[in-house]
Amino acid sequence: MQHLLAYHSAMIINGTYIDDTFAEAFGMKATRILITAHNLKWAYHSAISLTGFATSVIACGCEAGIERRLDASETPDGRPGASVLLFAVSTKELAKQLERRVGQCVLTSPTSACFAGIHDGEKLPLGKNLRYFGDGFQIAKLIDGKRYWRVPVMDGEFLCEETTGMVKAVGGGNFLILATDQAAALAASEAAIEAMRKVRNVIMPFPGGVVRSGSKVGSKYKALPASTNDAFCPTIRGITKSELTPEIGAVLEIVIDGLTEADVRDAMIVGIRAACALGAAKGVKRISAGNYGGKLGPFHFHLHKILKAKS
Amino acid sequence: MSALKFFLKERLTQRVDCSALMPDALRGKTGEEIQHIALPMGNTTVPVGDIFRVSGGDSECITFSGETNKLDRIGAQMSGGEIVIDGDGGDYLGVGMKGGSLRIVGSAGIFAACEMRGGALHIAGDCGDFLGGALPGNRRGMFGGTVIVRGNLAARGGDQMRRGVILVTGNVGDYLGSRMSGGTIVAMGEVGAFAGYAMKRGSLLLNYRPQELMPTFNDCGVHPFGFLSLLMPLIRRHGAPFDAMNYSSHRAQRWMGDVANIGRGEILIPA
Repeated sequence: MQHLLAYHSAMIINGTYIDDTFAEAFGMKATRILITAHNLKWAYHSAISLTGFATSVIACGCEAGIERRLDASETPDGRPGASVLLFAVSTKELAKQLERRVGQCVLTSPTSACFAGIHDGEKLPLGKNLRYFGDGFQIAKLIDGKRYWRVPVMDGEFLCEETTGMVKAVGGGNFLILATDQAAALAASEAAIEAMRKVRNVIMPFPGGVVRSGSKVGSKYKALPASTNDAFCPTIRGITKSELTPEIGAVLEIVIDGLTEADVRDAMIVGIRAACALGAAKGVKRISAGNYGGKLGPFHFHLHKILKAKS
Repeated sequence: MSALKFFLKERLTQRVDCSALMPDALRGKTGEEIQHIALPMGNTTVPVGDIFRVSGGDSECITFSGETNKLDRIGAQMSGGEIVIDGDGGDYLGVGMKGGSLRIVGSAGIFAACEMRGGALHIAGDCGDFLGGALPGNRRGMFGGTVIVRGNLAARGGDQMRRGVILVTGNVGDYLGSRMSGGTIVAMGEVGAFAGYAMKRGSLLLNYRPQELMPTFNDCGVHPFGFLSLLMPLIRRHGAPFDAMNYSSHRAQRWMGDVANIGRGEILIPA
């Protein structure tokens, strides 16, 4: 009955009920890199490729996304680019994913260059090992205290900073949009993502920033560590311990990874408010969040608390 | 507290090693103690007080003035503070320097900035041979820091240089960047013969094509170089005439060599 109690004690924004629950997030390791190119189009080709298949650490090795677009005035080499954040569960895995992805998606991309986006903390190899692609023709250059590698490639030189910084971060912040149907849930999700993209230091790693296959820990099948979050699946509402009331026809989740707890919190607030701006009239009936009883993740984002604090 | 000033009482007949008169060595010393520091001169030593009139007390800011052209090794191994030579300097200025600032109002002798590790050396006039090189018998030259020569540079500039930046506004003598294995040398004026002789790695950024390029430097064509977009703002920061060095769209004519060595050095000229 906990879900019903939560429902009845909810706060309401524009007719949308906010559940009295919390999102549970985890500690991760993160880094940021800046990808530049001849123009924004090619910087994005590279950045999109690098952040592909990086929705969840469960099977992708890391979670990655484009944080924001960079104007030429914001990049080290004065060309347009993209800022990319990568998150992983360990330093070792993050280093591995970073090297593979930069090696296959940035080094390969025409006119690209790659720079560190974080200068503090432990250093992760960026061009440090990729330089060996140069087969001895690579050249190091120490400029203003930073070491860069110039690797000859077929369109000129691939310029890559030697290392990038790694910081402790927060992954798995989330909220659920419960709507009358798929179209309403999708419209609210899109509105939320559009608003959240303006928040710095966060990414929403799933396709379009939105995930429909919310999961719970465990499964009836022993080999699976996670399985569908049946409590939020509308088509089996009648045969499971559902969290859904009859008017809910579709649920979508937005997952947030951020460099700090405050970044995730801010993104959640912005996203929830944007979804609620459509309100119950547009089919956005409830906002909830995913957690594991508070026992697995150290970061708890209580919806009522964070929304009141920023109201 | 005013700057610690060493004014030469009379013209020297012998060269004097002044490496002991730097901020790191004088920190905490009284005026009396400084007067009694023995400086190597020829095959003997001489107390500071015998050749210098000493005034002021701030050892972080030291000035040498008078007929200073026989004062050698000023700023050797210094790691902080500021030294100004109000005239021409002797030889081995800033040798092994690790930090701080050494400014020479006049010209510098040979082996300035030899084996330098960090800091900044400004030479308002000309500079002698082996700027940023290695001490005789050693294999590693300048390893970091920045040297700016506002006049002309003699031969063998940057010999065996490994890292750091040398900027020259005027003309440069023969064998620029000889045996160089890293770092960057920028020359705004004419460049003498044999530039990049036995060069292994490193970059010579020249404003003009040398009249004679060695046959062991191979033409690699005109290309855009991304690293110039990072490097050039730092070079232009030093004002005229470096701000006039214009790599349009970061394009440069590149020669690589010395292929008689490993051939990974480069000469770049604005395209």
